Amino acid sequence: MAEIVAVIASTHHPFYYRASTAVGDDRPPFADEWVRKIEAFRETLTRARPDVLVMVGSDHFHQLWLDNMPQFLVGKAPFYDANWYNEEREFGLPRMTLAGQEDLSAHVLRGGLDLGFDLAFSNELRIDHSITCPIITLRPEADLPIVPIYTNIFAPPLPQPGRFVALGKAIRELVESWPSDQRVAIIGTGHLSLELGGPRQFGEHGPDPEFDRRAVEWIANGDIDGCCREVTLDSLHLPGNATHGFMDFMLMMGVAGEGAKAHHVDSLDLFHTMEAYFTWYPNGAPQVGAQDGAAR
Amino acid sequence: MDKFLFTVDRDPALVERYRGDPRGTVEWWEAEEANRILNCISDERSTWLAFEDDEREALATHDHVRLFELGAHPFLTLTLFIAMFERDHGPLEYQLAYGEALKHLSLPYPDIAT
Repeated sequence: MAEIVAVIASTHHPFYYRASTAVGDDRPPFADEWVRKIEAFRETLTRARPDVLVMVGSDHFHQLWLDNMPQFLVGKAPFYDANWYNEEREFGLPRMTLAGQEDLSAHVLRGGLDLGFDLAFSNELRIDHSITCPIITLRPEADLPIVPIYTNIFAPPLPQPGRFVALGKAIRELVESWPSDQRVAIIGTGHLSLELGGPRQFGEHGPDPEFDRRAVEWIANGDIDGCCREVTLDSLHLPGNATHGFMDFMLMMGVAGEGAKAHHVDSLDLFHTMEAYFTWYPNGAPQVGAQDGAAR
Repeated sequence: MDKFLFTVDRDPALVERYRGDPRGTVEWWEAEEANRILNCISDERSTWLAFEDDEREALATHDHVRLFELGAHPFLTLTLFIAMFERDHGPLEYQLAYGEALKHLSLPYPDIAT
């Protein structure tokens, strides 16, 4: 069976690409520290030597629209073109093409349906920055096949937070039952507190630093029970009007498992929103230098 | 409103047209585009979509505060308005002013649920 070699949860900040590649006067003062943190985070994936990436994100009204809005959708295609005109325009993101791992997509779809998740699917999916940002930060070579999984955190009515956790647990079970010898990393991105298009946007910090502090604690400690006791669809309006993206972090807590402490925890307090990075190794942390050994 | 914001935001030519001629673009869009089902041929259109008067006026006057109050999806409005107006301002200046203009609003914000 396939092995889950890393579980990774991250924010997906669309400005990282531009900040990290800017030079001279265009380079923001926080860029160097941000790059250092991202490179350390990237190393946690590199060290796990994955063959396949399951990528959990959320379409930001790019391909999925109000005339036909799925709650959870799995991509199954040989390739995924990526990034959209308005992401190039606003964030300077490059166009990309990623290969798909269709066998695993099919396995997740069939198995997910049988576990009671009525998953939508797409055979022609252009993915957006919720998936390409972690490719840029964690695997900039963009050389591994992916299985994209989209969640609706954006167009209410949304699934309950507990449903995201349950889907995360199911994804883990499904990947672990995939008849393959491939090494799989499951990567998901969301938000901590975030306000978009409202009065609390673009502040000096995220709109609710106290929520962010507690969220990092829940995630780092795998405290699913504590998190689920406090987080509801209604409560997520309070930290910021786009904070429902936190439910993708809850999904990833479901993947990592109840009580699973993250091996790597980092954060960066930026204007507008806090960055946060987590890596779990379900089968123990790989040795530093394991990749070098494998290469030899 | 959301369909207008969505279809304009994804089309570079429409972004410029709406920036330069908001009322004319809104009128054209309501007459020609509002009823187009996005993945269907033109003959197979809806028959019933139209703006309310205050929605039409908010769009025709680039009034992002009123759009927020009317329940337009804040992400759609923000993204399109940044595309149209950030270029006229210094770094983050437009985004901060956009938020400042909404400061009188408190929770709960207008419902954006379907």
